[in-house]
Amino acid sequence: MTPRVRRIVFLVAGGVFAVTLAWTFRALPSFGHFNGAYGTALSRVSVPERHITDAVTAVNFDYRGFDTLGEEFIFFAAVVGVALILRAQHGERAEHSADYATGRAVPPTSDAVRVLGLGLTPPTVLFGLYIVAHGHLTPGGGFQGGVVLATGVLLIYLAGEFDDLHGLYTETALERSEAIGAGGFIAIGLLGIAIGSALLDNVLPLGTTGSVFSAGIVPLINASVGLEIAAGLVLLLTMFLHQTIVLRETSP
Amino acid sequence: MTALQSVMLVFVAAGGSGVVITRDPLRQAMVASFFGILLAILFFTLQAPDVALSEVVVGAVALPLMILVSLAKIRGGQK
Repeated sequence: MTPRVRRIVFLVAGGVFAVTLAWTFRALPSFGHFNGAYGTALSRVSVPERHITDAVTAVNFDYRGFDTLGEEFIFFAAVVGVALILRAQHGERAEHSADYATGRAVPPTSDAVRVLGLGLTPPTVLFGLYIVAHGHLTPGGGFQGGVVLATGVLLIYLAGEFDDLHGLYTETALERSEAIGAGGFIAIGLLGIAIGSALLDNVLPLGTTGSVFSAGIVPLINASVGLEIAAGLVLLLTMFLHQTIVLRETSP
Repeated sequence: MTALQSVMLVFVAAGGSGVVITRDPLRQAMVASFFGILLAILFFTLQAPDVALSEVVVGAVALPLMILVSLAKIRGGQK
C-alpha cells in the first residue's frame, strides 16, 4: 500500500468515525445529568440496607461482588502468566552486577534519595492499610490499598536497598499470600451458600454504620483482595527486578 | 461543567496526545506517568475518588515502572 492510498483510506475511515462519533454524542445525556435508575437506587439503599457509606464499594463488593470475583482472577491469571514467562531459564545464570559497562564503578545511591525512600516507606504502608481497612467507609478498598502497600516495597527498592528486599520476604511467601488472598475471596463468598443463601450474599452481622467493623463480609473481602493485590504486585516487581538486575544471559 | 473540569479535560486531551507524539519508549514511559496523574485529577474533579485512587497508583506508578524495567531488560540483552 503506497502512502497515498494509505492516506486516502485513513481520511475515509476517519471521516466515517468522526461523523458517527458526533452523531452518538448528540444522543448522550447532557454533562452531569445522570439518569441511570440503578445507580440512583443503589446510592439510596446502600447505607440503610448494607451499612456501607461508600456506594462504589457497595456495588463492587456486595451487590455485584460476583463481577469483582472475576476481575480478581484476571489479576491472578496475569501474575501467574508473568511468573511463567519470567522464570529462570536454561542458559541464564545468576550474577551480581549492577551495571553493564565494565571498568566503571556503579554510582552509589545518594543519601538524600535513601532517606526519602526509606522515610516514606512506613507512612505509605500505613496509608495502604488504612485504605484497605476503610474501603466500606471512604473511597478506596482492597485494590487501591493493595497497590499502595506494594508501592511501599517499591520505595525500598528506589532507595537503593534491593539486596535488603531479599531478607524481607521470599517469593514462596508472596505466592502463598497471593493464593490465600484470592482463595479467601471465594471462601467468604461460599459462606452464603454454606448457610443456604446465595454466593457472596452478605450474611454476616452488619454492625453500626460508619464503624470499621461493620458492613458484614465487605471488610473481610477488602482485606482478602488487599492481601492478594499487594502480594501479587510485589511478586511482579520482584520478578522483573530479578530479571533486570540479577539474571544475565550467558554468552552463547 | 465547572471551570476546573473543563481545564482538566483540555489537559488530559493534551497529555494523551503527548503520549502518542512521544516516540522514544523511555520518554514515553515518563509522559504516560504524567498523563496518569492528569487523568487521576480529572477523575477527582468529576467526583470519582475511588477511580482516581486506582488511576494514580496504576497509571502513574505501576504501568510506567513495568515499562521501565522491561526496557532495562530488553536493552541489557542487546548489549
